[in-house]
Amino acid sequence: MLAHAIFFYFFSILAIFSALMVITSRSTVNSVFFLILDFISVGCLFIMVGAEFLGMILLIVYVGAVAVLFLFVVMMLNVAQQKQSWFIGKKSTHIPSGLLVSLLIFLELLVVIGGWKYKENVMSSSNLVIDQSITNTHAIGSVMYTDYILYFQLSGIILLLSMVGAIILTYRKRENVKTQSYIKQISRDKSSAVALVEVEFNKGVKIDD
Amino acid sequence: MIEIGLGHYLTLGAIIFFLGVIGIFLNRKNVIVILMSVELILLSVNINLISFSIFSGDLLGQIFTMLILTVAAAEAAIGLAIIVIFYRNKGSIRVEDIHEMKG
Repeated sequence: MLAHAIFFYFFSILAIFSALMVITSRSTVNSVFFLILDFISVGCLFIMVGAEFLGMILLIVYVGAVAVLFLFVVMMLNVAQQKQSWFIGKKSTHIPSGLLVSLLIFLELLVVIGGWKYKENVMSSSNLVIDQSITNTHAIGSVMYTDYILYFQLSGIILLLSMVGAIILTYRKRENVKTQSYIKQISRDKSSAVALVEVEFNKGVKIDD
Repeated sequence: MIEIGLGHYLTLGAIIFFLGVIGIFLNRKNVIVILMSVELILLSVNINLISFSIFSGDLLGQIFTMLILTVAAAEAAIGLAIIVIFYRNKGSIRVEDIHEMKG
């Protein structure tokens, strides 16, 4: 239990610190690196608390794909040099109201959590009781592909849709770029491509006329 | 302090949620940091769902977390594509320069 507490505080303090650095860091590349650190520490928390599958998914998919996608876009757009502090600059009117709103949300959440108490026998909304004799991945897999197959396929459709959307949004036709035209290549036939020429002796053939 | 319960995880989720919201409001640099703040908010939601799922012994929260992860990945891809074409058209993605809608 002591080890649990020590690791919980370590990873949660790391997560909070890196979340703070994401929003206050001066360069965007550092923000992305701290976002990666945040994902890693929260993934370790998930693994520690017993949701190993989701923790590993968070590490693999988020750190491996999404965060690297962020890094790729940041480096591609050349915004890494925009080192502007977020207080200096144009006078903005929405910073105090934003601070007020987010502080209120935080206090509301703290009030809710502080007064949290379980009612007796209230956890009977679904029959997916966590079975301690099988692994977490086994449990999720045995439910995911049977009872919740519709949601699983729906999330697959969402991913396909986002892929198509991203490609369509960023696609553009470039001018002055030589590309292969498959239709032209395939639709050539013998009459337009090959010509038989009588070659006279010592005169040669004139082509391209 | 030693006994780590549900409240600790919920507090961690609340703090990360708060930092994400504050990051959206305070941001003056570029839109990518706003997208990262949205990712932080979704991460805090995932923390909440998983801690409830573990501490109440119900697997449904973890399945829902996986769907949220899918939607978050799709949102990041679409958002970054929109940012790329905005940068291509305007040459800047600073928050102050985005005022086409006069909002």
